[in-house]
Amino acid sequence: MLTNTEVRTKVLDIIADIALDDDVTGINDEIALREQLDLDSMDFLDIVMELKKRHKIEVPQEDYPRLATMQSCVDYLAPKFNQ
Amino acid sequence: MKNDNQRIVITGIGLTSPLGNNLADLREGLLNGKSGIVHTEIRHMGKVAAGLCHFDEAKHQSKKMRKRGTRAGAISVYCTKESLIDSKIDFDSVDKNRVGVYLGITEHGNVETENEIHDLYNSHNMDVSLWSHHHNPRTVANNPAGEVTLNLGITGPHYTIGAACAAGNLGIIQGAQQLLLNEVDIAFAGGISESTETFGIFAAFKAQGALGHHEDPSLATRPLDLDRNGIVVSEGGAVYTLERLSDAKKRKAHIYAEILAYHSNSDASDFVLPNTQRQIECMVQAIKKAGIEPHEVDIVSMHATGTTQGDIQECHAVASVFNESKKTYINASKGFIGHAMGAAGALELAGNIPSFTDGYVHPCKKIEKLDPECAINNLVNGEKVLCDAKIILNNSFGMLGINSSLIIKKYSEEE
Repeated sequence: MLTNTEVRTKVLDIIADIALDDDVTGINDEIALREQLDLDSMDFLDIVMELKKRHKIEVPQEDYPRLATMQSCVDYLAPKFNQ
Repeated sequence: MKNDNQRIVITGIGLTSPLGNNLADLREGLLNGKSGIVHTEIRHMGKVAAGLCHFDEAKHQSKKMRKRGTRAGAISVYCTKESLIDSKIDFDSVDKNRVGVYLGITEHGNVETENEIHDLYNSHNMDVSLWSHHHNPRTVANNPAGEVTLNLGITGPHYTIGAACAAGNLGIIQGAQQLLLNEVDIAFAGGISESTETFGIFAAFKAQGALGHHEDPSLATRPLDLDRNGIVVSEGGAVYTLERLSDAKKRKAHIYAEILAYHSNSDASDFVLPNTQRQIECMVQAIKKAGIEPHEVDIVSMHATGTTQGDIQECHAVASVFNESKKTYINASKGFIGHAMGAAGALELAGNIPSFTDGYVHPCKKIEKLDPECAINNLVNGEKVLCDAKIILNNSFGMLGINSSLIIKKYSEEE
């Protein structure tokens, strides 16, 4: 059973490997990731792909908006991590 | 008589090669007979001789864009940006719609495809849903040139020229033609190669009996030598800033050379084997278009890959064209830098351009046992020679029988 903090760390690890030129340590969890980091649609596809490769978590296309902020990522992904 | 809008000049050179990441280092290596060939490990192949480049990928690219792109794109971006800096063009004031990128490639997409298939079988248990969404933008044939436009904000045309190992010359020719057509005002043109990252190229040359190897990697390819061994695959790139002379004069640009003439033709005879007669015709036509005689060419830079048939056929062709040219020197670069595939023609031309200013012709790698079939006049063997060079002819040939000869001239106001 992963805590929300542990889920956040796993998501942050993925984002750090994608937003390679950004400092991801000071992310505000309530603000859209795209507003804080240099991320575009291909980067979000990378996030989806890495969730699948690293954690076998599927994110269907209609749920992509759920990855908008770090908080929404944690809310959406925590149950999937703990399935 | 051409006017200044009809004369194309080289005003910037950016390159990466197994002998260094700028023109001065490449030239120094060639003049002093250094080898840039090393042993490296290639997937499925084990230890092979190759020419590798060690430029700083992060110098002109963000980490994210490098990861998203390809090695070919990184080479292209590095070479183009270095060429632009060298040209001293004030790029902020340039109309980016009037800039074109034209890069020769031998192949593109093999690296990414091999990597994806490797992962599919070895990591992804044949699950194609894990196939990268980056595969298509990385493998489209225009990728290397396209990455340059993304990096520099260029909104004019960009594409690659697929011309096997003649591609370096053909990229330059394409750039010159687009300037002559007034399609662009600045052309970034040349050739690039990432081929050392694909095992398939090495495996195919080995299957063909043409892959060079030796315990001492510096001896793995020795063009024109009876112990030539074969081809050593290299990566690299050379991108030229080309402008019409009128524009170059306006901004008082340093001019490396003028593109005097070029010719390209096809063997129409074999997938792989070269054709002496077509090579002769290619050189003769280029010389004719230049309005000169063969004896006026000071340096012929041979394609000379280190395969028996390739070396012999080209030597016969060069001997035929330049037999009466008492002061035309002949050299070849691949003994030092290997065969940089799509970059070869552009890199080898770059290595010879400093002859216009330093007064030397760089040598071939020392040929210890000259193949009698390759015993042509004025071969510069192992030691540089003094020469007040004014005209260089650069040969670059490729599979499927594509030939190219590019002639450049030391710049002078008079045509």
